[in-house]
Amino acid sequence: MNMPLSDPVALGLARGWDVIDGAMLAADRTLDADVVIVGSGAGGGVTAEIMALSGLKVIIVEEGALKSSRDFKMREADAYPALYQESAARKTRDKAINILQGRTVGGSTTINWTSSFRTPASTLAFWRQRHGLDTYHDAALAPWFDLMEQRLGVADWHAPPNENNDLLRRGAAHLGIATGTIRRNVRGCWNLGYCGMGCPTNAKQSMLVTTIPSALDHGATLLTRVRAERLAIQGDRVQHVLCHALGSDGINPTGKTIVLRARHFVIAGGAINSPALLLRSSAPDPNYLLGRRTFLHPTLVSAGLFAQRVDGYAGAPQSVYSDHFLTRAPIDGPVGFMLEAPPIHPVLLATTLAGFGAAHAETMREFAHVHGLLALLRDGFHPDSTGGSVTVRDGAPALDYPFHASLWDGARRALLAMAEIQFAAGARSVQPAHEMAGPYTSWAQAKKGIAELEYRVHITRIVSAHVMGGCMMAGDPERGVVDPDGRYHALANLSVHDGAIFPTSIGANPQLSIYAIVARMASTLAASLTGRPAARPVAEA
Amino acid sequence: MASRRAFLTAGVGASLALALGGGIYRATRPAPAQEPFALDGEARAALDAIVPVMLEGALRAGAANAAARAVVIGDVHRAILGLPLATQKEVQDLFGLLAIAPARRVLTGVTGPWSGASPAAIHIFLQDWRTSPFGALRAGYAALHDLILGAWYAAPASWGAIGYPGPPLAAAP
Repeated sequence: MNMPLSDPVALGLARGWDVIDGAMLAADRTLDADVVIVGSGAGGGVTAEIMALSGLKVIIVEEGALKSSRDFKMREADAYPALYQESAARKTRDKAINILQGRTVGGSTTINWTSSFRTPASTLAFWRQRHGLDTYHDAALAPWFDLMEQRLGVADWHAPPNENNDLLRRGAAHLGIATGTIRRNVRGCWNLGYCGMGCPTNAKQSMLVTTIPSALDHGATLLTRVRAERLAIQGDRVQHVLCHALGSDGINPTGKTIVLRARHFVIAGGAINSPALLLRSSAPDPNYLLGRRTFLHPTLVSAGLFAQRVDGYAGAPQSVYSDHFLTRAPIDGPVGFMLEAPPIHPVLLATTLAGFGAAHAETMREFAHVHGLLALLRDGFHPDSTGGSVTVRDGAPALDYPFHASLWDGARRALLAMAEIQFAAGARSVQPAHEMAGPYTSWAQAKKGIAELEYRVHITRIVSAHVMGGCMMAGDPERGVVDPDGRYHALANLSVHDGAIFPTSIGANPQLSIYAIVARMASTLAASLTGRPAARPVAEA
Repeated sequence: MASRRAFLTAGVGASLALALGGGIYRATRPAPAQEPFALDGEARAALDAIVPVMLEGALRAGAANAAARAVVIGDVHRAILGLPLATQKEVQDLFGLLAIAPARRVLTGVTGPWSGASPAAIHIFLQDWRTSPFGALRAGYAALHDLILGAWYAAPASWGAIGYPGPPLAAAP
């Protein structure tokens, strides 16, 4: 039963990787490198590998701890505090939107659900037309998608979908709504269903088991439980990054500091932390764009109860999607949404279900029969949909995310679409995640009820697992924080390489967009720093 | 019902009181603002009274109830201590509000100390906050909802009742 699994992190540490745990730091330190990268998620990981393979000395700074398969026990009680920002309870300032975001080596790639989509052509077309991103053509990006898909094992998923995903497929089919199969970044996946708690078998090709190990094997240094506090800026150059070591709880600073000096600095802390670091550092922002246009794919949730067992905790968490409702209207028209099925785990379901007491307990007793659907609103395209803004309060990032009428309209249509699909798939009842909704026992009842609901923050449950924007790129320096290559407009040796650069949301799970776009940026940057073409990352045989 | 009216007449002062409640509570404590969350006195009594109402139908009645309640409270406390210090301060403010008698009376309609509050009165308070016109109270309800229900269903002891078999054993080291 106990098949020994090799843990690439444990093996790497035994080989002598240069990893410094901030919690263990006994004295202040100053370190030098060619490139300092803040963040070890999708953007930081890809950048680190390309820089290290290209012969540059790299230091990676990660606020979270180094955890690996030997630590991943598939328990929410352990995973959320250890691997997520704010114990998986990060929220907008008004507490209306709960945001799932990683905080560990590998960032969100360590805990995401492996869904891999290329950036939709319609999104890229909008970027070219409205944001001056002339180099963002499908044909120009295709080789970078090819490269990163090969590197990270992104491929079609051939196992049958679990019942939770198949209900989306069957319900949609009844209504003539097309669905597709989600590609996944896995190799030798056991089809367990616990991707969100850290892959226990190292099948998920997250940064934790791919690019970060490769960078460390090529001489990179990794700092963990170390928070980048501020950039020291002089004229048009970043001089160093001042970092604070965190204690073994990962929360309280120990008082020890680390100063990191480099020729070039790459910010990749994710789309809330990256703009916050730049704001804390008073980075030049002549057009007041820092932290603006932050996008979440605000997500609506609907629970269907079925006579048969659904067992939504078991099997690949996301394998079926429908982009039907993204294609019904012009991209800048009524807000469209992507439909997917989320994994159903006890804490995730209990905290998302509206209500309390006996009614809540009654639904929870049907746990194994619950089918979940998600609708990801594609924000940032409708003229009113300008997203949220990140500011800094007492040094910590705060995100305001006003909900305009266009988003509420999308929310209502999304709850309707999900309920209709769930009833078409045979649901006995449907319970939208809304304090005043349902449960409804027929589509006719749900249609009337959902249309009449009150749409307000907190009353309508909104969640998010995708954070984008806040350091948007644009061709015109007056309209963007960074240029199309990710270079900070106002500083000579600073780049941003994560989801923060997107000028809109993606309209699909963003990890593969970050991998490919950052791979291109990092390769251009490595070439400019070395005077040679950048190295191409390849997966180990 | 009197308690409900008392709550509804709280009017536009509600959000202000929420902020003030926390501020007063902090001012009466010797600890600096960046101190970790503390759960004592009336704040603990409030949680002890709210837990069985939030978990009605899940928490078993009888002698096992008190022991299970103590476990949930410990788990909630631990969960709060895992939050960033700024968030711990916000949760401290929420419990500070519940702990101060005048704020408790006006905003929850619970007239006496928490230890004597009836489940019915607490049910009304939670329902009122859940759909309150004031965002701060809705957020307060959501925090109690997520903390208590999250702690309960995180515990393996709660899984049997909902038909969750737990993580697959094959991959467990």
